[in-house]
Amino acid sequence: MPDLAINIAGLHFKNPVTTASGTFGYGDEFLDFIDIGRLGGIFVKAVTGKNRDGNPYPRMAETASGMLNSVGLQNKGVDHFCREIYPRIRDFNTHIIVNVSGSTVEEYVEVAARINELEKIPAIELNISCPNVKLGGMAFGTVPSMAEEVTAEVRKVYKKVLMVKLSPNVTSITDLAKAVVDGGADAITLINTLLGMAIDAERRRPVLSTITGGLSGPAIKPIALRMVWQVHKAVQVPIVGLGGIMNATDAIEFILAGASAIQVGTANFIDPAVSIKIVDGIEAYMDRHKINTVADMVGALRTE
Amino acid sequence: MEFKKLVQDLQVAEVTRLNKRHFILDLLAPEKLPLILPGQFVQALVEDSPSTFLRRPFSIHSVDYKKNTLRLMIQVKGEGTRHLASLKTGDHLNLIYPLGNSFSLPFTKDVLLVGGGCGVAPLLFLAQFLSQNNIHPTILLGFRTREEVSEIETYSRYGKVLVMTDDGTEGEKGLVVDHSIFQRERLDFKKIFCCGPDPMMKAVAKIARMHKTDCEVSLENTMACGFGVCLCCVTPTDKGNERVCVEGPVFNINRLTW
Repeated sequence: MPDLAINIAGLHFKNPVTTASGTFGYGDEFLDFIDIGRLGGIFVKAVTGKNRDGNPYPRMAETASGMLNSVGLQNKGVDHFCREIYPRIRDFNTHIIVNVSGSTVEEYVEVAARINELEKIPAIELNISCPNVKLGGMAFGTVPSMAEEVTAEVRKVYKKVLMVKLSPNVTSITDLAKAVVDGGADAITLINTLLGMAIDAERRRPVLSTITGGLSGPAIKPIALRMVWQVHKAVQVPIVGLGGIMNATDAIEFILAGASAIQVGTANFIDPAVSIKIVDGIEAYMDRHKINTVADMVGALRTE
Repeated sequence: MEFKKLVQDLQVAEVTRLNKRHFILDLLAPEKLPLILPGQFVQALVEDSPSTFLRRPFSIHSVDYKKNTLRLMIQVKGEGTRHLASLKTGDHLNLIYPLGNSFSLPFTKDVLLVGGGCGVAPLLFLAQFLSQNNIHPTILLGFRTREEVSEIETYSRYGKVLVMTDDGTEGEKGLVVDHSIFQRERLDFKKIFCCGPDPMMKAVAKIARMHKTDCEVSLENTMACGFGVCLCCVTPTDKGNERVCVEGPVFNINRLTW
């Protein structure tokens, strides 16, 4: 029996399969479909300092092998998360990791400090890469000095595992990766959505209310794989890879490219039980290839 | 009321073509159907259609607990629905269901159902449900043209049916809100249930407000997941942006901003 467990920045995951923020709610929406205790972890919906209504409808456009969204970080704020949501999810038998977002360095720091107090949350994922908010968000994730600064400021108040989620909408993903590692990141998540656009030619109008939005799904997988590979070679910290993973084979590809764990995102919308199928599929692959541990596969791409 | 959501392969028991653009799928469930209420919907997986990436939401047209089947009425709009139209008896269709909330049971017998286009789909199930509760509604159905007028006999089992066509080839001519029942000084109904294109529902809501008549509408916003996690299908309400797939699809017009 292969061992699916993996250590990421000192945190023990029972397997490398987690779910991406914004595609899995707070986890309890999936209780009808799966045993979430079988997942390595859950990255819950982004939390900001104050309530955010998000962007106006329409917020979604289906595209070739993917979709665009412009939800805009709709959530009820960190107070509501700590008071209403945390108590109902704290005892899930998997790692609950909170995606922390903001418009200013102060907001990121404030939210991170609050989440730091929550006993059962072992890590945060700093979201410096949302393309759908006017202020902050992706701006922090596209300028290395700003990415380093916000990471360093959060690092001062956040004492547990600090992951930083990178935007692919940059010229050099490795410059951003190095910057957040310099700022004190324990691990890197990549990639967030790619900035895209959809047009309704008949109406001569954009499909999304915000005109542009974030592209996800299998359409972005080749780009995500390339970025995981580049970042794996450029920095020492572990990588959580995502971008268009629909099945176990996709997940294995990310691990071979250098990811220590993966996130299942958009695929959850189509098959709410897909994450568990990916856990089983990774185990079957390791069995077939006689691989004992996930760590043996990380970055094990043969390029000679 | 919390409904356990199922992901199931249902077997196509029968495909009925209503006209060029609309067809009916009767789907046999692999185990006993759960309780389903009128207004709820399914998310159907369209397989082998590469350009259809996401599931497609459809209102439940009716439920037959004896045969253990549920019925969908579908309008061919694009690649996904064209693919569904090609399903044959014995094929399988994967559904997530039952999803969303439902129409409420009214406290009056003076009930009007208004449907236009594919928006008539949930109203058959609602009419059945009302008639089981001894309410026999007036059912106003709008179609483009005579060729698309369908299932009138079925609806007639549960209430009085009024037909309206855009071109006047059957029933009264015009949009549903132009129907003579709306032109009187006083409206004969104390409750309206409506489903159809947004402009139609907004027009019906305006009439309902004018007459201070209680009105529920079923929204058809585009959605990715259908079970509350993607936050794509929201509509502005008195509580901010709410999910049409969970807090809806049925909303009382007093809660909406239109």
